[in-house]
Amino acid sequence: MFKVFRAFVKKEFYHILRDKRTLLILFGMPLAQILIFGYAVTNEFKDAQIDVLDYAKDETSIQLIDHLQSSGNFQLNKVLYSETQMEAGMKAGDSKLVVVIPENFSRDFYAGRPIKIQVVADGSDPNNANTLGQYVTQMVNSFQMQRRATIPDPYRINVESRMMYNPQLASAYNFVPGTIALILLIICAMLTSLTIAREKELGTMEILLVSPLPPLLIILGKVTPYAILSFTNAILVLLLGHFVFDVPIVGSIVLLLLMCFLYVVTALVLGTLISTVSRTQQDAMMRSLMGLMMPSMILSGFIFPLTSMPVLLQYIGQLVPATYFIEILKAVMLRGVGFSFILFEVGVLLIMTLVFLLITWRKFKIRLE
Amino acid sequence: MHKQNIIEVDGLTKKFGDFTAVDAISFQVKRGEIFGFLGANGAGKTTAIKMLIGLSRPTEGKGKVAGFDIDEEAEQVKKNIGYMSQKFSLYDDLTPKENIRFYGGVYGLSRNRIKERTRDILKELRLEEVADKPVVALPLGWKQRLAFAISMVHDPDIVFLDEPTGGVDPQVRRQFWETIYQVAEQGRTIFVTTHYMDEAEYCDRVSIMVTGKIEALDTPEKLKETYNANTMDEVFLRLVRY
Repeated sequence: MFKVFRAFVKKEFYHILRDKRTLLILFGMPLAQILIFGYAVTNEFKDAQIDVLDYAKDETSIQLIDHLQSSGNFQLNKVLYSETQMEAGMKAGDSKLVVVIPENFSRDFYAGRPIKIQVVADGSDPNNANTLGQYVTQMVNSFQMQRRATIPDPYRINVESRMMYNPQLASAYNFVPGTIALILLIICAMLTSLTIAREKELGTMEILLVSPLPPLLIILGKVTPYAILSFTNAILVLLLGHFVFDVPIVGSIVLLLLMCFLYVVTALVLGTLISTVSRTQQDAMMRSLMGLMMPSMILSGFIFPLTSMPVLLQYIGQLVPATYFIEILKAVMLRGVGFSFILFEVGVLLIMTLVFLLITWRKFKIRLE
Repeated sequence: MHKQNIIEVDGLTKKFGDFTAVDAISFQVKRGEIFGFLGANGAGKTTAIKMLIGLSRPTEGKGKVAGFDIDEEAEQVKKNIGYMSQKFSLYDDLTPKENIRFYGGVYGLSRNRIKERTRDILKELRLEEVADKPVVALPLGWKQRLAFAISMVHDPDIVFLDEPTGGVDPQVRRQFWETIYQVAEQGRTIFVTTHYMDEAEYCDRVSIMVTGKIEALDTPEKLKETYNANTMDEVFLRLVRY
């Protein structure tokens, strides 16, 4: 039996190595994804252009403007002279935000009188506007702390926040686990469903079923190479994340790899399930993209937080295996927890896998009848 | 079981819900025979052949192929038959050599046996020159003969050919039938379905299926005599009409 299995795996590797499209998905996709998410899709701002409307024009206001720029988040686009100029920069797309500093800024500041600094942001991009507004608040607070250290203010409540597990709020900490979840799914589920659908299209599946091979061996022979390759890919993404984007791996590496393996199995079963209901490669492709990729990207909490979604979508999100896998990855990689903390997620993934396996097995048998 | 009969089918029936695809067919095929299994599209040919090769379980009736019960001993049946479909079922991106090796592996042949068979098949089909080029580049006729040879890589007693000449031009079809004759002369049984009636003339005996039942079964000559026809085409038309 093992000899037959080996012949199968060898043949499957021939297919993979000779098909440029598969190779591209296998090795191009993980690299492209991690680099795109790493460098292009980021919530952090560097050098956002801002305008300043400075009514005060005194020493302290100039210091504040310098301070704003010192963070590296902002770059001064223009100094404005009147309210009428405020919109021009945003309309032209030259600036994202206008900071308005009131008159007598220096005097009021040192006298300890209340001051209102106005921040007008371009709300056509709400996420950006929000983040930038927060940055300004932070910078103004730190400015205040620095300058007025000598004048203690007993009536102020100071909020000091500290981000555990991700002190710099680097987005890499989020996208590396998410990317691993996506890549494993694409490679295992999509490629598996494609390769099985291909055998059906070619008619070779029929020949294999007429041969004395047990159906289980056929499926195992087909999925094993993809399991090996996707596992390699998961490690590749982990290494990239760790060495290029400085994402730490705090928890046990063995546990991490074990979890990757569990998810690989889930994805393979899903891929096989898709292939049992699709007749052609195109069919399989559409089903994987719509049924697996989209929900895993959008409803897993990878890009948009689940808790801010409508209840119905939250429920659907809880049916997506990636949701649990990303949770596990973050827990083990970033928070460094042990197995006992992720029991629930692991349990859900296991049960999902078993249920999918059962459905696949039934579908497969029905088809043979 | 009669020693000479390599296929024996008795009252074989397949129902899908209320629909009876194959309605109690019975026939025997002798060892070394070229048996034509004819019928229009949708007459139940494919369903019947699927039951014979162990891909589908009969609803009723009995059948034996190569001495094994098709329902209870499907695994044994599978070991002793070869199967080739209209699609030729080769891996396009593998070379002829790799295709032969893979299928040899699937049937559990030993390494030496696979080598031997690879050499023989390539030599017989004169494919040595293209042995290391992907199958996709081969002309259709060559692919067809390679697929036929591969269906016999494990030396089966019977070969089932499901519309092996579909979509192939007449000259290539002729060549292919010559190959079939050669194989039959070596003592292998050929069970072939087709809807080209001229090909029916090449068979030792033919059965004609109409809406799930076998309406006629005899040698082409006798059938033409019975139905007072000049060609098998006319025989077929008469059967379908009445």
